[in-house]
Amino acid sequence: MAKVTGFLEHDRAESKSIAPKSRLRNFDEFVLPFPEKTLNEQASRCMDCGIPYCHDSCPINNIIPEWNNLVYEKDWKIALDVLHSTNNFPEFTSRICPAPCEAACTLNIDDSPVTIKSIERSIIDKAYENGWILPVINNKKTNKKIAVVGSGPAGLACSQQLARAGHDVKLFEKNDRIGGLLRYGIPNFKMEKHLIDNRIEQMKLEGVSFECNVKIGEDISMNRLLKDFDAIVLACGSEQPRDLKIPGRDLKGIHFAMDFLTRQNKICEGDKIEIEPEFSAKNKNVIVIGGGDTGSDCIGTSNRQGAKSVTQLEILEKPPAKENKMLTWPNWPLKLRTSSSHEEGANRNWSVSTKLFNGQKNVESLTLKKVEWKKNEEGQMVIKDSQGKESEVELKADLVLLAMGFVHPIKDKLIKDSGIKLDKRGNVEANDIDYKTNIKKVFVSGDMRRGQSLVVWAIKEGRQVAHNVDKFLMGTTKLPF
Amino acid sequence: MRMFKRSKKGLYDPKNEKDSCGIGFVANIYDIPSRKIVENALKVLGNLTHRGAVSADPKAGDGVGILVQIPHQFFQGELSKKNVILPRPDDYAIGMFFLPRDQEEKQHCINVIDKYLTKLKLENLFIREVPRNNEVLGESIKGNEPSVIQIFIKQKFQASKINEFEQRLFIARRRIEIELKSFDFYISSLSSRVIVYKGMIMSDSLKDYYLDLKDEMFISSLAIVHQRFSTNTFPSWELAQPFRFLCHNGEINTLRGNANWMNARASVSNSDFFLKEFQNLNPLIFDGLSDSAAFDNALEFLMMGGYSIEHAMMLLIPEAWEKNIQNSSMKDYYEYYSNYIEPWDGPAAMCFTNGKKIGAILDRNGLRPSRYVQTDDGMILLSSEMGVLDIDPKTVVKRWRLEPGKIFLIDLVEKRVIDNEEIKSKLSAKYDYRKSLDKSQIFLDDLETGDETTLLEEDTLRKMQVCFGYTKEDINFFIEPILKLGIEPIGSMGTDTPISLLSDKPKLLFSYFKQCFAQVTNPPIDPIREELVMSLDMTLGEKPNIFDSPEQNTNARLELKQPILTNKEISKIKNIENNTKGKLKASVIDILFKNSTKEIELRDALERICFEAKSQILDGSNILILSDRNVSKVNAPIPSLLAVSAIHHYLIKEGLRMKTSLVIETGEARELHHFAVLFGYGAEAINPYLVFDTIHNLVGDKNYNVSENNFIKASGKAIQKIMSKMGISTLKSYCGAQIFDAVGISEDVIDKYFPGTATLIGGLTLRQIKEETINRYSQSSLINKETTNLDVGGEYAFRIRGEKHAWSPKTITNLQKAVRINSKESFKEFSDKINDHNKSMFTIRSLFEFEKRRPIPLKNVEPASEIVKRFSTGAMSYGSISREAHTTLALAMNRIGGKSNTGEGGEEPERFKTLKNGDSMKSAIKQVASGRFGVTTEYLVNAKDIQIKISQGAKPGEGGQLPGHKVDDKIASVRHSTPGVGLISPPPHHDIYSIEDLAQLIYDLKNVNQQARISVKLVSEFGVGVVAAGVTKCKADHITIAGYDGGTGASPLTSIKNAGTPWELGLAETHQTLVMNKLRNRISLQVDGGLKTGRDVVVGALLGADEFGFSTAPLVSVGCIMMRKCHLNTCPVGIATQNELLRKKFQGTPEHVINYFFLVAEEVREIMSELGIEKFEDLIGRSELMTKNKAIEHWKAKNIDLSKILYKPEFESRDEVFNSSEQNHDLDEVLDVKLIHESSPVIEKKVSTITINKLVKNTDRSLGAMLSGVIAKKFGHKGLREDSIVINLEGTAGQSLGTFLSSGITISLSGEGNDYVGKGLSGGKIIIRPFKDSTYKPEKNIIVGNTVLYGAISGECYFSGMAGERFAVRNSGAIAVVEGTGDHCCEYMTGGVIMVLGNTGVNFGAGMSGGIAYVYQKEKDFKNKCNMSMVNILGVKKSKHILPEKLFDKYNFLFNDELRIKEMLKKHLNYTGSSVAESILDNFENELQNFVKILPIDFENVLLERISKETDSKVVNLWQK
Repeated sequence: MAKVTGFLEHDRAESKSIAPKSRLRNFDEFVLPFPEKTLNEQASRCMDCGIPYCHDSCPINNIIPEWNNLVYEKDWKIALDVLHSTNNFPEFTSRICPAPCEAACTLNIDDSPVTIKSIERSIIDKAYENGWILPVINNKKTNKKIAVVGSGPAGLACSQQLARAGHDVKLFEKNDRIGGLLRYGIPNFKMEKHLIDNRIEQMKLEGVSFECNVKIGEDISMNRLLKDFDAIVLACGSEQPRDLKIPGRDLKGIHFAMDFLTRQNKICEGDKIEIEPEFSAKNKNVIVIGGGDTGSDCIGTSNRQGAKSVTQLEILEKPPAKENKMLTWPNWPLKLRTSSSHEEGANRNWSVSTKLFNGQKNVESLTLKKVEWKKNEEGQMVIKDSQGKESEVELKADLVLLAMGFVHPIKDKLIKDSGIKLDKRGNVEANDIDYKTNIKKVFVSGDMRRGQSLVVWAIKEGRQVAHNVDKFLMGTTKLPF
Repeated sequence: MRMFKRSKKGLYDPKNEKDSCGIGFVANIYDIPSRKIVENALKVLGNLTHRGAVSADPKAGDGVGILVQIPHQFFQGELSKKNVILPRPDDYAIGMFFLPRDQEEKQHCINVIDKYLTKLKLENLFIREVPRNNEVLGESIKGNEPSVIQIFIKQKFQASKINEFEQRLFIARRRIEIELKSFDFYISSLSSRVIVYKGMIMSDSLKDYYLDLKDEMFISSLAIVHQRFSTNTFPSWELAQPFRFLCHNGEINTLRGNANWMNARASVSNSDFFLKEFQNLNPLIFDGLSDSAAFDNALEFLMMGGYSIEHAMMLLIPEAWEKNIQNSSMKDYYEYYSNYIEPWDGPAAMCFTNGKKIGAILDRNGLRPSRYVQTDDGMILLSSEMGVLDIDPKTVVKRWRLEPGKIFLIDLVEKRVIDNEEIKSKLSAKYDYRKSLDKSQIFLDDLETGDETTLLEEDTLRKMQVCFGYTKEDINFFIEPILKLGIEPIGSMGTDTPISLLSDKPKLLFSYFKQCFAQVTNPPIDPIREELVMSLDMTLGEKPNIFDSPEQNTNARLELKQPILTNKEISKIKNIENNTKGKLKASVIDILFKNSTKEIELRDALERICFEAKSQILDGSNILILSDRNVSKVNAPIPSLLAVSAIHHYLIKEGLRMKTSLVIETGEARELHHFAVLFGYGAEAINPYLVFDTIHNLVGDKNYNVSENNFIKASGKAIQKIMSKMGISTLKSYCGAQIFDAVGISEDVIDKYFPGTATLIGGLTLRQIKEETINRYSQSSLINKETTNLDVGGEYAFRIRGEKHAWSPKTITNLQKAVRINSKESFKEFSDKINDHNKSMFTIRSLFEFEKRRPIPLKNVEPASEIVKRFSTGAMSYGSISREAHTTLALAMNRIGGKSNTGEGGEEPERFKTLKNGDSMKSAIKQVASGRFGVTTEYLVNAKDIQIKISQGAKPGEGGQLPGHKVDDKIASVRHSTPGVGLISPPPHHDIYSIEDLAQLIYDLKNVNQQARISVKLVSEFGVGVVAAGVTKCKADHITIAGYDGGTGASPLTSIKNAGTPWELGLAETHQTLVMNKLRNRISLQVDGGLKTGRDVVVGALLGADEFGFSTAPLVSVGCIMMRKCHLNTCPVGIATQNELLRKKFQGTPEHVINYFFLVAEEVREIMSELGIEKFEDLIGRSELMTKNKAIEHWKAKNIDLSKILYKPEFESRDEVFNSSEQNHDLDEVLDVKLIHESSPVIEKKVSTITINKLVKNTDRSLGAMLSGVIAKKFGHKGLREDSIVINLEGTAGQSLGTFLSSGITISLSGEGNDYVGKGLSGGKIIIRPFKDSTYKPEKNIIVGNTVLYGAISGECYFSGMAGERFAVRNSGAIAVVEGTGDHCCEYMTGGVIMVLGNTGVNFGAGMSGGIAYVYQKEKDFKNKCNMSMVNILGVKKSKHILPEKLFDKYNFLFNDELRIKEMLKKHLNYTGSSVAESILDNFENELQNFVKILPIDFENVLLERISKETDSKVVNLWQK
């Protein structure tokens, strides 16, 4: 345990950030690391619970109490080992994970969880600063060839694990850069992309070969892969966005969030491209439909591009500001959350259903309707439009961004031609025990299997599929499950 | 057919039968035989009845007997009637035989006897049927009555050796016994000097049964008597005592080891005294003999080889010489012989005789009371208590007691008493033992340095760690904390991981062995406060022939001060041959087996190492080092425990064990428990090299030596503690004593490699042990080159990839949700997870499945509101949990008619009142634990149940400690202690050292509160059933059997995991044993330990439980999230904490608890309806409704055998199987009934004072308790005004005089008291002065017994005379004057003032944390007797001004000593007429310097701090002016 009475001596401290006004000037990360002393105090608050709910709630089961203590004791290197033992890419998760661990922290019963995420970040940042991130090279090669399709967090984690088990891994990516949504979906201000590049360097040395701009199913057929490789792991994500098919959808200026975010990210990568005017938020009234994380990313990006105003619409009810801990803890509670992008300026509306996009060529306004949520007899929440004139309103809009989530993988040639079996929701069917698809030696992991989810889940699936692939190829495996 | 012996059935095993007893002897120093001696001895028996027990059959005692000299004239007369002429006394012997009643069998036995007598040149002169009257036998006994005959034997040889006659008789007896082993045959005595009459008779009927005893000619000059209190009631004629040479009150804890060692020794020893016939008598000690009988055999053997009886007794029961004795020649003597024989360790008061000498000895701990009186006509009476004979006080010249470790002897030839000093100095002067020792002793430090230890490469270390299954927890939870703090790590809450057999992780073999511990029949020891009796000394090398004199003995011995060897030390030992010129020779045996898939590899390897051991010994090695250091890719390590035990037992069998010492060099052992098991199975020293390598790696070169030292120190302490749990003091006797139960090992493996160990459910075969070892070993990088991380462990804290836990995030959140919204669905999710026995097997109960039966409608099943009345919450003290949590549980249980438990630590009197809304915060169960904190009379009368906590599931056999910082004002006031001063709960109850002591405590409590059920809490271990039977016979109304997995606020981690067994075993054994004994119906049986669901309850009921205790689950219901931080006071949900801030976070409500219990009860009802059972009582004991789950797939659990658990004993009617009747407590006749009647005018406030005069006898026990109960009920703790009721007594009072005496009662006794005077004194006053006419000096004689004022709260005592051991132990506030004490005076005292006007014993003030003691001694040797670890000895301080009424206020204890002393002396003189007090007062100013003041250090600091605070506040006040 870090310190027996640490949690009694120190309150939770939030990480400091660069003030919104200044940080809006660029797309750089703005969360400041804790000063050494604060970090030490914050780490000391961990109680090393008999049941660490954080460890249980973390999708990759980070052994949080152990590294909290190690940070407190300043055993940074061992802390890094422990952290890496469950997590290939803590630099990603410590920036963009919503941190279910903190929700599950025992101290969150009292709304003051340990700052697990910041501590995680401090470990990995320290490691990079000191050059401790070195390739883990396995010289005992198995001569087994594995193709991994898709270079998002699942594909990356899977490739790294398999390479470390001595396999020959080839990672295929359809885009021009490695990283998937991690690269083009997450704005730089949340995670700078050199972090991905660092890992790519490491993985190259570990023996992973990267092939960008290759679309499996088109550039290389699935059959080819099946012939050339001993095992194939599909990790193509769940990229089919949910659409809002209402009148006026064809008007210009209505885009899926990803199309909007990707453009900005490419510029941040240094690509010399101009954003087409219809994709730019500059001086526009931006409406973001969808109240999730992607919605927030759109808000942050719009503000940075110089939007005139940003409004976010959410169809669900406004959640309570404070959850009923007695019934929710240690689970992820439904409650009002304010993201850093919200802090930077946005109007937020709840219980709003968009009925019409209005405009001539370009979208000019939205017709909105107030909705009510009620429990039906089965106890399910059902939606109902509010009655009366006041419940309808029109909102000015120059750019509308649809951030309503993703439904399933894109049904491209790979899926269509390979005969791979999908589940009811349109994801590739496989369980989370062996990750095997209906096609022999083809595995699937990440969002492509489970549907849209967190980066941390993708890493978990990447690790677990690697375990299974290794076992499939070698009979036994030492890769953790 | 065996008539008078019992065989194993179900979980009951007769080898667990325990007994303890009243013993005594009467002798005439001048060897004048008389009728009076015999009659007195028989009278003693009659007056010790309360120390024996009665079973279901009122006339069936547990066994009684008398040993006398052969009354020659009597037998001469008897035989002359038959025309047989007896030779002269000493020239013939009499054998007293129990034979089968069947004529044919009987004749066969006689033929065998004759055969051997003839062979040994002895002649059967005559066979006499012993005249008996079996009318006096109980009905249940009659069927087992043997035929009793006497055979008169004449010698027919030319004696060539001393004692040849006795030796021939001995050999004859052994041969006969061996041949007739399978018959109902027993030889009570066979001697030319003494004869034993004994049997299963009530103690007062012995002479009515054996008519000889009534004859006027039946005379003797000595008589030893024994009254047995057995834990069960199966008639066992041969277990009655005395044996041939002795009778024993107590229990030999190390019996298994002693018997093994003794047999090994006997097979190689030789004596000049032995006849040539002295061959092939093995085994010397038969398997299955009782401890006392085995001891008798050992004693006899030593005597046959030439030792005098007293010398032999001292060899077997040495005093605590290691740290205690000042006399160096005596110490040399003991040290010398410590290599000859290991102590027979355990509580023991023994009377012994060879017919010419008679004596008694007490073990080193002095745990059995024995007192004696000597009269002016040369009669000496020794007995467990005083008052057993009416002796004219005028004739008494000495009243004294047996002292710990001391021997007392009467030599009838020399016609005098020989005291301890004389015997021992004579023996120790016989040789120059120092010289012998110097010649033979070799010390490790003298040996040349071996190889330096080097820091292992990280990689190599990791490989080894993985190979031996190290986890991160081994390092983080064990090794590191030990290095940091130097003590064994502490944890909290119970264990909820699977038993090793059901774990998916490869478990170390150690973890299948669970530590046994002492409960009821003998006490655990406090290894810290009573360290003076403990010893870790070990000696390596060949053991000498037991009969060799120092001149003959040339063996060298390597002395170890403690048994954990460092890596350097083991390398020294390996080279010892070169260093000692060959006197010692060590050789290494690799304990490895081939890593292959062949099944027999392990078996072959074990055979090979055993054979190698043998050939090394024959080759001259006298130290064998079993080593797994050479583990490699090819060779896997044999589990070290298996290797040690296999070789140990093999060598015993081969008669080679004495030739060598076994040392183990293993990477496997790292936990303290591992070390203990290795010692328990024969290892004499351990080098856990990998621990030291790990430490080295952790701390580096610089800090290594300190860390190594810390680890060894902590290990030593922990080993002492583990030994002391069983009441064992020395490692030499612990070694090989096998104080463990196996849970999950097959009988084949046990019989072959661990013979004598109990294993109850079968389990691992040798093949599976191999598989499990290989599983672990194959993780190792030895095989695979990649580096592997250590496993996370997950035993002590939940880890996803670690060990499974029943309390997981899911189960906890489901349960909490269920009780918070009273949701059946959520509860179902919870209970399904717990009950899902197909997937997650944790416990034995998960292996059962219910029979399919025709269901009944749910509505027909007994309502939940009735079932919940059988539920109670566990004992959790206010102090260990917060007031909020404590009262929430009480409120809830009172509302539903269940019961909550105070736990140890009292209860605030405010809670005794009912609240306005009808709620009550009063805990129905009041616990009485060893610390007796807050146990006032008022507390007791406010109980529905009074629970005596013998042991606690998480740490049976251990005491506890509440650190000073947790003792706030409120807790201090409830516990009657001082805020800020730590409190210690001793490991034993100091008034329960034996089963009859427990009977006395039950009697005390029942007297105080007749309405309350008296409950006794035991922890499951093999043999708990027979203990429970004894407890039932002690007239407890209720027994709790707790599982080893019970919770705790703070316990050593090793204890949480490794002590005790699962409750399924203990409960089933208890139920079966009670039913077999026809005792079950009188008692309510409760089970406790990790109960969570309705299914758990039903399984418990089917195995025999009436009631159910829950602790962790209700705590989880009120918010506990298994932080396991109770011991740190940082509970973040306000339960296990006293921190104000954290307590505010408590969110539990009574409704949560109520919901929980109703949800459980509803699940019970559902199962009942499926089983077709309407009433709950019809579930109890119906084990046939369960079977072993057929779908057990666990690879290790396949061979599990649950038939013993499910065994259903026979009974006649259903109501014999559950609690259907009540105990008869026989309280109508107690003297207090009269006292209450006579003092009723005062109680009813009609008059203000009253004086009552009475005579008392030793059978008037707990005098004053019932009256005090009446007063406490009416007037509370404050009672009446001083001296409202004055009771003047004359005579010898029985035990517990004035126990729990309330304020306002004064007992003034002229005579003497026995043990436990003033126990729990709650404000009353007790005065004892000698008998009116006595002539001896009171200050040189005993007036009260042991354990006086134990747990006294307040009140005053004045004793004109000396007290026994442990005077004022755990005194909270009484003021007492006494004129001398035995050992351990003021132990654990937390308050009050004790004045000793004379000598004290050793270990004064051990663990004393409050109050003061004044000791008056002219000889200035007190310092040597005082245990200075917690107290200072100061001069007395002169007065400051003080108001007289403040003189005894503890906050003034720093000053005013002389006023206080004077006041106490005056009162003492006034009340008792003490001449000592008078002479001091006469010369007070000068005498004052002869007083010293003993003041606890912590207490002094708290007082000083208080003064400085007061001064501070005065300063502030000044400024305010």
